[in-house]
Amino acid sequence: MAKRLDLKAVDIYYGDFHAVQDVNLSVAPRSVTSFIGPSGCGKSTVLRTLNRMHEEIPGARVDGEVLLDGEDIYDRGSDAVAVRRTIGMVFQRPNPFPTMSIRDNVVAGLKLQGVHDKKKLDEVCEASLRGANLWKEVSGRLDKPGGGLSGGQQQRLCIARAIAVAPDVLLMDEPCSALDPISTLAIEDLIADLKKEYTIVIVTHNMQQAARVSDQTAFFNLEATGKPGKLVEIDDTSTIFSNPTEQATEDYISGRFG
Amino acid sequence: MTERTTAQAPSPGPQDEDPAAGSATLDTVTDSDPAPGGRSQGSSSRGRGERVFRRLTSGSGLLVVVAVAAIGLFLLVQAVPSLMANNANFFTSPEFNTRDAANLSFGIRDLLVVTLLSSLFALAIAMPVSLGIALFLTQYAPKRVARPFAYVIDLLAAVPSIIYGLWGIAVLAPALLPIATWLQNNLGWFFLFAPGNLPVLTGTIFTGGVVLAVMILPITTAVTREVFSQTPRFHMEAAQALGATRWEVIRMAVLPYGRSGYIAGSMLGLGRALGETIAVLIVIRAATSPSHFSLFDGGYTFASLIASAASEFSQPLPTGAYIAAGLVLFVLTFVVNAIARVVAGGKVNG
Ligand SMILES: Nc1ncnc2c1ncn2[C@@H]1O[C@H](COP(=O)(O)OP(=O)(O)OP(=O)(O)O)[C@@H](O)[C@H]1O
Ligand SMILES: [Mg+2]
Repeated sequence: MAKRLDLKAVDIYYGDFHAVQDVNLSVAPRSVTSFIGPSGCGKSTVLRTLNRMHEEIPGARVDGEVLLDGEDIYDRGSDAVAVRRTIGMVFQRPNPFPTMSIRDNVVAGLKLQGVHDKKKLDEVCEASLRGANLWKEVSGRLDKPGGGLSGGQQQRLCIARAIAVAPDVLLMDEPCSALDPISTLAIEDLIADLKKEYTIVIVTHNMQQAARVSDQTAFFNLEATGKPGKLVEIDDTSTIFSNPTEQATEDYISGRFG
Repeated sequence: MTERTTAQAPSPGPQDEDPAAGSATLDTVTDSDPAPGGRSQGSSSRGRGERVFRRLTSGSGLLVVVAVAAIGLFLLVQAVPSLMANNANFFTSPEFNTRDAANLSFGIRDLLVVTLLSSLFALAIAMPVSLGIALFLTQYAPKRVARPFAYVIDLLAAVPSIIYGLWGIAVLAPALLPIATWLQNNLGWFFLFAPGNLPVLTGTIFTGGVVLAVMILPITTAVTREVFSQTPRFHMEAAQALGATRWEVIRMAVLPYGRSGYIAGSMLGLGRALGETIAVLIVIRAATSPSHFSLFDGGYTFASLIASAASEFSQPLPTGAYIAAGLVLFVLTFVVNAIARVVAGGKVNG
């Protein structure tokens, strides 16, 4: 069930290093938001605070509020493990469990949630692989290890694994950066499909991709190295790419910058 | 001059210097050689340096192989006459009688049993303990704690064997007595805990195995810790992002990645336990009757028997009998180490 996300005055630190400053943004349910900006400006950092992966790094911490349908995921009563079960993530580098079979990879999250009914797992496995546009390619070899697939297939396997638990929000950090154009298009189509059911946030360095897949685009920037990254502007994708408010945004998307 | 050196000299050059200079002047060879060419002709001198280096490395690699083969051959040559003169069956006889050089009767049955029993028992203790320590150090403990803790474990490897032997017989044996007594009273029906061939329950294979377990703990832990700490971040993140708890991350990412290294480390430990001499000689008591496959037996391992007889190696035939036993130990450790390497798939070189 798709939920909305709101960030209020979020500051993110790695130890003493202030990585990202004062982010305020909202993501509507069943929409795609893309994060763009030069390398090192903190896109991945912000994304990783959305499912509390950020705190796995020693010394890392987050100030401000990250609200999932109005509830702060950093609240005292909230548990990082529980948060991650409802906010899925796909990484830049495909990371299936290499020795696990394709089937076990897909249902790994469900098993963690205590689902062991074979029939149910098989159903979800097939549905997720279909959802990730991978079913046709792997249906005959579900018992083979996930590490034996091509890079593009592995990434779609990771997407299948992420959607198998029916998350409220799906986060993707440059999911296509290691893929060929055909796999990239397959994943972009997939995102368009998934949007009907999920709230999606995607980091990308590819402007065309941001323009193609997202409803809303957020531009992050960095004043200087060592300074914290900032959210410069967030707006409808069409507005950002045709008529941005900030000069920096215009410079970046027209390639005059970074 | 430079022309000639690069064109034809390379093969005689290093070879002439190499054996003569030996390892003591190795530095000067590698230092001075590439330098002059390096200024005038960068690429060809680098090619030459590489050739020299390749020869040195493959040469020393070959040397090790030759040395190992030579040891094996030495053992075999020395053992054969004694084996021919042996009156007992070498593989099945429990006795090892070499007092009369004209009438040798020796077999390795008991040596094999005691060696394997003590080493495998040590492994059975060391494997779970080192797994636990390695997981604790790499996954649970903060760096501040993990560093000194790991250091202490490594330090265990620096304690001399003789100290382990003394500690084993003076401290550990009495401390283990209640446990041994309990095991024998309650689980005596099981062959491993059945009454052994010793009148007491100290100085048994059981005691020796525990000492060996402590002795091999550093190597198994070090290897296991190393592979676990190399688990790729993105494998662990895959599990974390699905909402895995720390233990679930270990099960899904760390253990599958580190399993072969863990097994390899354990095999290296087993190899060490099989060959351990002095601690075993001190801790495990000699027994007069044959072994019953019980942990409460006494007796000799290959290594401890050979060491105990070392003062009597004056006549070639009795000595050959011990060398034959040594050959079996050599093969045994060789096989165990080979298995470790195959399992590790080149990930470990400890
Ligand atoms: N684990 C970490 N420890 C310390 N600093 C980090 C860590 N990860 C990232 N940073 C710093 O935080 C800042 C933001 O990094 P982040 O990875 O979020 O950038 P990004 O926008 O995703 O860049 P890219 O487009 O290259 O992926 C950078 O200055 C980076 O050096
Ligand atoms: Mg990034």
